[in-house]
Amino acid sequence: MSPAVRFVNVSRRFGSVRAVDGVTLDITEGEFFAMLGPSGSGKTTCLRLIAGFEQPDDGHIEIFGETADGVPPYKRNVNTVFQDYALFPHMTVGENVAYGLRIKGQARAKRAAKARDALSMVKLAGFEGRRPAQLSGGQRQRVALARALVNGPKVLLLDEPLGALDLKLREQMQEELKALQKDLGITFVFVTHDQGEALSMADRVAVFNEGRIVQVGAPSSVYERPESRFVADFVGSSNVLPPAFASGHGGVSKWTSLRPEKIAVHPAGTAVPEKHAATEGEIKMVSYQGAVTRFNVEAEKMRINAEVPAGDTRFKPGDSVRLIWPKSAMVTMEEGA
Amino acid sequence: MSQAAIAERGYGPLDRVSDIFFVRPKLLTLVLLLPPLLWIGIVYVGSLFALLLQSFYSLDDYSGLVVHEFTLSTYAQLLEEANLQIIVRTVTMSALVTIGCVIIAFPIAYYAARYARGWTKAFFYLAVMMPLWSSYLVKVYAWKLILAKEGILTWLAKNLHLSWLLDGIMALPVIGGPSLSFSYIGTFLVFVYIWIPYMILPIQAALERVPSNYIEASADLGAEPRQTFWTVIFPLALPGIIAGSIFTFSLTLGDYIVPTIVGNSRLMIGQAVYTLQGTAGNIPLAAAFTVVPMAIMGVYLWIAKRMGAFDVL
Repeated sequence: MSPAVRFVNVSRRFGSVRAVDGVTLDITEGEFFAMLGPSGSGKTTCLRLIAGFEQPDDGHIEIFGETADGVPPYKRNVNTVFQDYALFPHMTVGENVAYGLRIKGQARAKRAAKARDALSMVKLAGFEGRRPAQLSGGQRQRVALARALVNGPKVLLLDEPLGALDLKLREQMQEELKALQKDLGITFVFVTHDQGEALSMADRVAVFNEGRIVQVGAPSSVYERPESRFVADFVGSSNVLPPAFASGHGGVSKWTSLRPEKIAVHPAGTAVPEKHAATEGEIKMVSYQGAVTRFNVEAEKMRINAEVPAGDTRFKPGDSVRLIWPKSAMVTMEEGA
Repeated sequence: MSQAAIAERGYGPLDRVSDIFFVRPKLLTLVLLLPPLLWIGIVYVGSLFALLLQSFYSLDDYSGLVVHEFTLSTYAQLLEEANLQIIVRTVTMSALVTIGCVIIAFPIAYYAARYARGWTKAFFYLAVMMPLWSSYLVKVYAWKLILAKEGILTWLAKNLHLSWLLDGIMALPVIGGPSLSFSYIGTFLVFVYIWIPYMILPIQAALERVPSNYIEASADLGAEPRQTFWTVIFPLALPGIIAGSIFTFSLTLGDYIVPTIVGNSRLMIGQAVYTLQGTAGNIPLAAAFTVVPMAIMGVYLWIAKRMGAFDVL
């Protein structure tokens, strides 16, 4: 079976900037795929290449085994939820949702019924007659989702759809999107710069940097096994240990990632258990973050972050502590700098 | 030593005025608005009211004096065959000029709003605005020369071996004539030229406010460029088109110089007003003629509103 979306060595340049630089990628049918990266990393351009708003300068794109080269967006069975929703202000919510069906020439009554169904699917039943300007951000987001889904796309593209929502609403929408995707079984391609969002929602994550994919995999493998310093830093936060430090603490002589939550903070001189490594240092900063407390410790001329469940009030800045972590938590990376 | 919580400065009379205005912004608005309100109220609305009043008087046919008694007889005169023809002729010309302006202005405005950047945008503004900086009369006389029988257009047609085409057009009934400068076509061309900036700028402003992702969203939902134009771009540009058409339509309705210099000798409303208030001394009928464009614009705006042209504003 051919993948839902296939990129073969795709590049897209804007002037001298290589927005997308030799990307090769398969997105499997029915999966929730996240493209994660900082702004300007090429993830949105990749989404626009799938939608057809951009054409590749080099390489080749296939959608369900058919070539997409030179095919305009209106001939692709792919729909997009735009970052700022792009709802038509001169149409009602109902007309917005029914727009794709109207373009296809469906009868008024039929498309109105389908629009109603789509709106109730996103929990906006009865909003047909309103104008987009009368809706809240979260409601507009749902309308944009209904407007895309009503066309029955083979692939749904979402361009940072939750970026404009406040935290509570964002978390709620994450769950709803995930549930919707499972129900419909449609391939979702989701662009975000929020690593938490990508990890919690996606079946697979592609991490982008400077126009290239630096790592693809399940959220747990990307988080637990970062292959490069960039991924270790960008996906969650990490202590990146230089080769010399790593080899001196039970690791190998390579750049190594150590997640802050794997490190326990103990009073200086605490015994180190078997299969564990340790270092001693002085607490420079304590930051309370609700669920966890983060300690910034200066040890062996390095700054190491350790996160412990909140409520540990034993330590304050200036205290000498011993940091202890299991050796298995040290992840060797292919690439250092 | 720490600073005082409330600054110990600014106790001059001007400072106090600033403080009062800052605390009471509505007072400031009132002070700022008073002069323009007086201007509009007295000079503008007042003279308009005086004009309206005149139109309800009548002219005594024998003495040639204005009878200061309220009557609708002057308005009844508007419906006489000759006067009605003037109105129909003027409205038709205004409508055609407006349509011509929309057709020519839209692509220019679209290009300027969507594609022009940097120096091309500067060039666009310069090209559109520059004709407005030169004298209206000079431009109209220049057109008279261009359109004249001995003018460059006739010469060009001859050298391109297209004289038959020009002659054919001029032989058309109603819109033709002895030469372009003595025909409705000529009047139309000059009007379109003179008013086109007033159509381009509002359409461009309306199109500037259409984000490109509406067009992408439309394409994404399956619309071909033609469908996107009629369902998304045109409706969103409509307020600009209406705004532009208010200019082109009402300016043509009231103009008397262009049809006097370029055109056949049949009168338009502006010329009728000019003749009636001058040589004929029939101020009431001139006033009644002036009310016609105002009434037409009122009806036009009402219809535009009913059709939802201003819904996006």
